[in-house]
Amino acid sequence: MIRKKVDTVAEALEGIQSGMTLMLGGFGLCGIPENLIKALAASSYKNFCCISANVGVDDFGLGLLFGTQKVKKMIGSYVGENQEFERQMLSAEIEVILTPMGTLAEKCRAAQMGIPAFYTPAGYGTEVAQTKEIREFNGKNHLLETAFASDFSLVKAWKGDEAGNLIFKGTARNFNPLMCGASKITVAEVEELVPVGSLDPNQIHTPGIFVDRIFQGDHYEKRIERRTVQNT
Amino acid sequence: MALTKNQIAKRIAQELKSGDYVNLGIGIPTLVANYVPEGIEVEFQSENGILGMGPFPKAGEEDPDLINAGKQTITPLPGASYFDTALSFGMIRGKHIDLTVLGAMEVSDQGDIANWKIPGKLVKGMGGAMDLVASSENIIVAMMHTNPKGESKLRSACSLPLTGVRCVKRIVTNLAVLDITSDGFLVKEKAPATEISQIVKATEGSLIVPDYVPVMKLD
Repeated sequence: MIRKKVDTVAEALEGIQSGMTLMLGGFGLCGIPENLIKALAASSYKNFCCISANVGVDDFGLGLLFGTQKVKKMIGSYVGENQEFERQMLSAEIEVILTPMGTLAEKCRAAQMGIPAFYTPAGYGTEVAQTKEIREFNGKNHLLETAFASDFSLVKAWKGDEAGNLIFKGTARNFNPLMCGASKITVAEVEELVPVGSLDPNQIHTPGIFVDRIFQGDHYEKRIERRTVQNT
Repeated sequence: MALTKNQIAKRIAQELKSGDYVNLGIGIPTLVANYVPEGIEVEFQSENGILGMGPFPKAGEEDPDLINAGKQTITPLPGASYFDTALSFGMIRGKHIDLTVLGAMEVSDQGDIANWKIPGKLVKGMGGAMDLVASSENIIVAMMHTNPKGESKLRSACSLPLTGVRCVKRIVTNLAVLDITSDGFLVKEKAPATEISQIVKATEGSLIVPDYVPVMKLD
């Protein structure tokens, strides 16, 4: 058994440096690595390139990294809902690359799976296709998209064991499993860290081989972005 | 009377067939889930990672780990499943999703669609829209026939940045149901108490009007 457990957030982030490229799991505020984001926001590191589906809200989630001016480049799919991010984007303080959501997911997965590039029809005939190789397969045009190259993946799971095996919950799974093993170092924070042997191998979503460091986070807020209920 | 947004959704719901896996976009398309005809069994996908999406939760039963692509809290129906976002777009790209319904700012008479960016206005991103329109075989657009300025949204060419090319099959607006054909927008049905002349006036792209155009049935 190879142990991946670390005891502190500082240990989990050891080796991180300014200017690195980071993948951050989560969709909106759902399934985000809250403890790791807070630690980065409080650190002296900056000029990160962040790869994540969205940009959080002003005072929570990935938004904490924009509020503290930690990001110089953002690669994402939908970047609404955060005013400070908008300000930095409009004043060109940060570079923003918008990517179709399925392509974003697959660029993470390709990095994880050792596939350098892939063809997808998404974005053909649009500005996303500019500068990209176009190739026809089965009568349909596709763009060549490349795998991401990233230094750290920071992900969040529901449960994990000390060997780094992960189980996700609900739609908090989203981009998290795709980012595991997609960077040089993968750090997973979990709501519940259990001893090896406690999780049923049949139920593991991400095997521990894709995870380098794991720790149990605390004080999860799990804020809801759009609380929507039935009319009664 | 031109259709309300809810009536547009109700008309689109008539397109649902039992066994369809359906992706509904944000806005009018979301309302389609409220009008699934009796006896029709479909499953709704949300591209962040759920199949078998059900209604919003009751107050007090919201789960922060359970949201749709619009970030709203949701519930799963019996038989639902969760998965990662790459698998989700595999369902879309691999044509396992049978029907995609989405909103648009403009559609051209060739079936091009623009729905993600207005030059000079704040860009929020395309989300999953480009993946959906590039891969779905059956795309229905739900939108008003004209924009708030009164300009036609059914055009000979889109003036806004494109989301996808030659992909839309059918449009349901407040005035009509139209199919995209090699000759342009073909009027299939008109809204109740709507004159063909209104549809002609509100359509900038090539329009084909058959001799007889039935009135939409909404009951």
